[in-house]
Parts: sequence; C-alpha cells; structure tokens
Amino acid sequence: MKIKPNLKVNESGFLFDPTTGESYSLNDMGSIYFRMISEGRSPDEIRTLVINEYDVEASTFDKSFLDFESRLRNLRLIENE
Amino acid sequence: MNSRTKITVAVSGLNNTDNPGPGIPVIRGLLESVSFEPRIIGLSYEQLEPGIYMPDHTDAVYTMPYPSVGMKAVIDRLTYINSKEKIDVLIPNFDSELLLMIKMQDQLAAMGIKTFLPTLEQFEERHKTNLPEYGKKYNVKVPASFPVSSAADIPAVMKELSYPVMIKGKFYDAYIARTQEEAIGYFYKISAKWGLPVVLQEFVSGTEVNVIALGDGHGTTVAAVPIRKQYITDKGKAWGGIAIGGTDMLELTHRIISATKWRGGMELELIRTENDDLYLIEINPRIPAWVYLAVGAGQNIPEALVKLAMEMPVEPYTEFSVGTMFVRYSYDLIANFKDFEDISTRGELIK
Repeated sequence: MKIKPNLKVNESGFLFDPTTGESYSLNDMGSIYFRMISEGRSPDEIRTLVINEYDVEASTFDKSFLDFESRLRNLRLIENE
Repeated sequence: MNSRTKITVAVSGLNNTDNPGPGIPVIRGLLESVSFEPRIIGLSYEQLEPGIYMPDHTDAVYTMPYPSVGMKAVIDRLTYINSKEKIDVLIPNFDSELLLMIKMQDQLAAMGIKTFLPTLEQFEERHKTNLPEYGKKYNVKVPASFPVSSAADIPAVMKELSYPVMIKGKFYDAYIARTQEEAIGYFYKISAKWGLPVVLQEFVSGTEVNVIALGDGHGTTVAAVPIRKQYITDKGKAWGGIAIGGTDMLELTHRIISATKWRGGMELELIRTENDDLYLIEINPRIPAWVYLAVGAGQNIPEALVKLAMEMPVEPYTEFSVGTMFVRYSYDLIANFKDFEDISTRGELIK
C-alpha cells in the first residue's frame, strides 16, 4: 500500500491533497494509521504495532484498519499498485 | 530606486454582486502592480454596480451604452471618456462586450487606447457551438455538443446523446436535463434569456476544475493557475476556490495556448473524470471573476496583461503557491448618495 505522493498532513490530522484541492480531517486513529502507512509499513506490521502499543483488540483493529484503507482507496489517496 | 510607470487603465465589470464581474479583482491586481502606478477608470452599465461606490478602487467612473446599442454609440462614448482621461489600456470584462471590442480594436488603437484581446478567429472558434471541431483540430477531449435552434429538433439530437444532458446558453447558463420535458423547458428558459442557438452537450461525469491563463499571442503561456472551485452558488458562481497542483491541467493549457497562439486572458473549464481524463467543456475568452486568486497565488495576471498591451517585455510566470484559497463575502457598503446622483444624472463620477 502506497500513499499518493504530495499529500500533506499536519499534526492535528488535517490532510490536504494538492492535486485535487480536496481536504479531509483524520481522527486520532486515522492519523496514526496514515503516519504508519506513509512510513512504508506493511498492514501486518501496523497490526502488530497498534495492538501492542494501544491495547486494541485484534478484531477491533482489523475492522477499523480495513475501513480506513477502503476509505483511502475510495478517495483515491492510495496509488494503484 | 523602484519607480512605477504612471498609466491610465479603463476597466468594465464593476458588478461585484453575487454574480460578480471580473472588474474589481482585475483592479485589485493592477493596484498591487510593482510596475505600474495606475489611474483606474471604471466603466459601468448599471447605476448600482457596487464597484462604482467602493472606495479606493476607481479614480473615476463613466457610464457606458450597452454593446447592443451598436458600435457607433460605444465609440462615441469612449471618445468622450478618452478626451477627459487619456486612456492607455482598456480591459473589457463582460462577455457581451468582447466581440464588439475585438472588432473595434483598430479604432481604439487610433485613439491611443491599447487592448489585449483574442483575435476574431480565436474568439469564434472556441464557441460552445464549435467545441467538437475545436477538439478535433487541437487534439483535446471534448464532450459531444450540438447547437439547436428549435425545441422541435431536440428529439432528433437526443438520438446522438443520452440523458442526462447539459443544456447550455451561448454565453451563460447551464442546466442538467434528465428527461425530454426538462430539456425542452430549459431550452425555452435559456433561449428567452440568451438567444439562439442553445447547445445540447454530452454530460461528462467527474469533478469540475478550472485554469486561468494568459497567452501572449505568439504561443507562449505567460501565466496559468489551476484551481478547483470549492463552493458554487445557485447561480453557478465560485464562492470559494483553491489553487491546486494540476500538472496535467497546466500541460493541457500550454498545449492549447501554443497551438492556438491565444492572445489575452482565458478560463478553461475542465471536467476530470474518474479515470483522470480531462475534458474541455468551455473556454471563456477573458479573465474570470476569480482572477484575484491567481494574484494571491503569485501570478499578477492583470498586470501582465497590461504589460502585453503596452508591448512591454513580460517574463512568463512559472510558479504559484498551491493551496492558496479564496472565499467571497458580502458586505453592506454605505454608499455616498452624491455619487449615486452624479452617476445617475451626469453619467460620470470623478473622485
């Protein structure tokens, strides 16, 4: 999974796509996912890190991450691989 | 020492209403010019155009006869205004003025008034009614379009298109029709206001994006800023917009200006489809009302246009600040009644 280049996100989770002019607000968990994906981490890595660091149940993570990923895909914020 | 050249520029389009003309944002660009110290002459068509009353924008305002009255009346009025103001450059900002001004260019030049307008051929070939030929000639994706002069022709044309379809006036107005009944209704609504033909255009699904640009008449793009309108009013006007990267939009703009040798300001209206294809839906042959966004993003298009009109050297802009935004607002200006009196009775207001 690769985030579209040039996307800009600030500390409060405001995400701006300079190619389309669209902007989005990420919640706390979305900001964490977005940062980890941007760092090039795989979904498995992110799963392990989040479950260990944030005391999240695996099933909760799976649902939440899948939802986040599909939103990024629908909004075309992920590059086709 | 940085000395600015004194210059007198006449500008129309002072109707800074909820359907704004480009006059006031053009004036703002000129007032921020680093090269010119402009005296601004406003040209108005209605007594309540807000730009007449806005402080610090115009030095004088003169009423103009409507272009529909004919060339002689317009020339006579401009001759009078020029005798008082000695205009260096005229920037017409209304679509309805453009054809007349293009035809009057030589007479204006003989009066010492410079313009920087598209040629008659450039103006004509980009008409909505000619869009399919334009697309073929310049290898640009355009929606299928058919000019219609009678509502009775709509069913035949719709054999080539499918609903929903765009119904467009030759100058302004566009509606989406989902049925034949709606198409016929919009045909009459638009033709009553803007005349014939009315254009039936393939509906291209996607996001509307726009480019403001300035061509030097020799194929060089002097300025270009792509934007997305973030909020559009019920009159179809941008109320907020943002400068975007749009590399492919800029490439398309450079290609069109290079191929057509476009002269003057322009606005490209484009649709970006789901597949990232860009369809050209319209070329407005003048500076759009949101030009101040380009100025704010780093490209002073009004200043560059005046330099081109004055045959001064212009370095093409290559950069702009992505993410620059504009938001329009409304504001109740307390107007001076004496100004209203002067413009209504004498047709001129000297400040």
